[in-house]
Amino acid sequence: MSGEPLVSARGLSKRFVKKPDFAGRIAGHLGADVREETVHAVDHVDLEIMKGEVVGLVGESGCGKSTLGRMIAGLLTPTEGEVQFKGKSRDALSSAEAHAARLAIQMIFQDPYASLNPRARVEAIVGEAPLVHGITTRAGMPTYVDDMMRRVGLDPELKRRYPHQFSGGQRSRIGIARALAVNPEFLVCDEAIAALDVSIQAQIINLFMDLRSEFDLTYLFISHDLGVVQHITDRVVIMYLGRVVEAASTETLFDGPNHPYAQALLAEVPRISTEKRTFHPIKGEIPSPLNPPSGCHFHPRCPHAFDRCRNEVPVLKEIAPARYSACHLNDG
Amino acid sequence: MTGADPRKQEPTLAVEGLKTHFFTKAGVVKAVDGVSLHVNPGEILGLVGESGSGKSITGFSILGLIDAPGRIVEGSIRYKGRELTTASDEELRKLRGDRIAMIFQDPMMTLNPVLRIDTQMIETVRVHHRVSKSEALERSRAALAEVGIPSPESRLKNYPHELSGGMRQRVAIAIAFINKPDLIIADEPTTALDVTIQAQILAEAQALCARTGTAMIWITHDLAVVSSLADRIAVMYAGRVVETGRTSEVVSAPRHPYTRGLINSVPSHNARGSRLAQIPGMTPSLMNLPKGCAFRTRCPQAIDVCLETPPIREIAPGREIRCFNPVGAAQPAAAEVAP
Repeated sequence: MSGEPLVSARGLSKRFVKKPDFAGRIAGHLGADVREETVHAVDHVDLEIMKGEVVGLVGESGCGKSTLGRMIAGLLTPTEGEVQFKGKSRDALSSAEAHAARLAIQMIFQDPYASLNPRARVEAIVGEAPLVHGITTRAGMPTYVDDMMRRVGLDPELKRRYPHQFSGGQRSRIGIARALAVNPEFLVCDEAIAALDVSIQAQIINLFMDLRSEFDLTYLFISHDLGVVQHITDRVVIMYLGRVVEAASTETLFDGPNHPYAQALLAEVPRISTEKRTFHPIKGEIPSPLNPPSGCHFHPRCPHAFDRCRNEVPVLKEIAPARYSACHLNDG
Repeated sequence: MTGADPRKQEPTLAVEGLKTHFFTKAGVVKAVDGVSLHVNPGEILGLVGESGSGKSITGFSILGLIDAPGRIVEGSIRYKGRELTTASDEELRKLRGDRIAMIFQDPMMTLNPVLRIDTQMIETVRVHHRVSKSEALERSRAALAEVGIPSPESRLKNYPHELSGGMRQRVAIAIAFINKPDLIIADEPTTALDVTIQAQILAEAQALCARTGTAMIWITHDLAVVSSLADRIAVMYAGRVVETGRTSEVVSAPRHPYTRGLINSVPSHNARGSRLAQIPGMTPSLMNLPKGCAFRTRCPQAIDVCLETPPIREIAPGREIRCFNPVGAAQPAAAEVAP
């Protein structure tokens, strides 16, 4: 897995600003302390994804993993930084190249219920994009849709049906077929299996792995489910409040996480065990991204925090070959 | 349930042959179809199943929360020997929130969005007990502290929307525990929470049960959560309990093919990067179940007799399965499930 990355993010940030509303502005004029509220959803993130690689993006709610995924997929414009596709900045692409790049990166969403048009038949959901982009012709569309449905394990007989006539697992498959229909190279899966039952999850995970080998796909797999991430990814990136705290190969990371947050997260994954266990959870809650703690965002919950953590933001450093962690403890 | 339990105590709750059916225009949905289970004081029973298996309806039936078109058509629910299926609304109302409490997946189902936390907690106490307002407030404060909420005094003054999801769920748990109930039914209480917060809630629930002797039924789809929390597990499929037993036994040597399939399809039970052992097909519609054993069409070891409905039978003390052709005892849990 050497050479040029397929997709890379350079210093990517996304800030959501909430302007004061009318009442707030009036209160401001009258001297009240009303300011714009800024959420640093993603804060200077660098990420490289090689061709054929499956990268897991892990974190709890509000850590910015979905926002990062959406920026990489091109659904959100970054506030700062750039996304490069095959070594070229997305902003610098010619319109034809940008078009190709958009098709090459597809997204699969969490909620198979909300991400399908309830009033469109499956054949339209799957077939519309390839028709518009000239991948298939109107005459060839029925066979093309049949083929896509078979690839994701759906019976083409069902293509005249509407999304509500399918089960959750089948709906996920429709979402996957829709993404595959434009011949993507890179799939961003945002919690794509979180809403499914255990036995159906296993089927969809197997499908992702089959498709990967069949079409040479690259994945960014966004999930909070560490068991699944450990199973299917090559590399894991852990985020906390908008920043990457640790990135390493899956095996290295699960063998021994370096960052205290990664350690806590891995320790608390429920696993099937034959013994009743006692939980030793880390204290505190995820702070609000509106008002993140100073220095290292994790310091109020960190058992090893010292003065420097409160004042200085730790940088993501290479602590071993291809292993990055953002923690002051690594400085000795 | 014979007297196999060595402690020989009366269970807090014993459900026998419970059937809750929904009479819809499209037909009868047998959401719960012959469920038997029991919980002893201080014990945590994990009720595991996928969506549509009837696990939540079992929980609602125990509390008498089934609305039309649903109805308990058969079976008995005995709380400390008292029959609840025939109890009057008034009797049930006295039990609910006092002796039997419920924790929902979404804490906003418990909490009233327009009332402060203290108002809601004081009400819960005073509805069931004749105590002064200040005494009730003191109990509320103690209950919040008990579930690990920092600075409970100031939290009491908050409205639910001012709290985070994890905090709201703690408040809901505090309300469930406030009258020191004998039984708590928890319906997927940590499913919507983050991993680190989930671990905190599990820790608190476990400690509270051990401390107060409250029995608990923890309803979930997540085997991993119950395997580390529950004393015993009951696995449900299509409205029936298909396997029960001590957690360690069920998890290490599942006997029902469905339980084995569930355990094997969990990623950590498979070699990294390998194909997961999957259960083929999907959960059947409750309106149109296969004849005989409902799992028959997805089962790798279905045989001819499976066309009959398998009875639940005890294979070892406290260990019951509903299967004609169970997984061999010698067969390890990681054995491959045929596609």
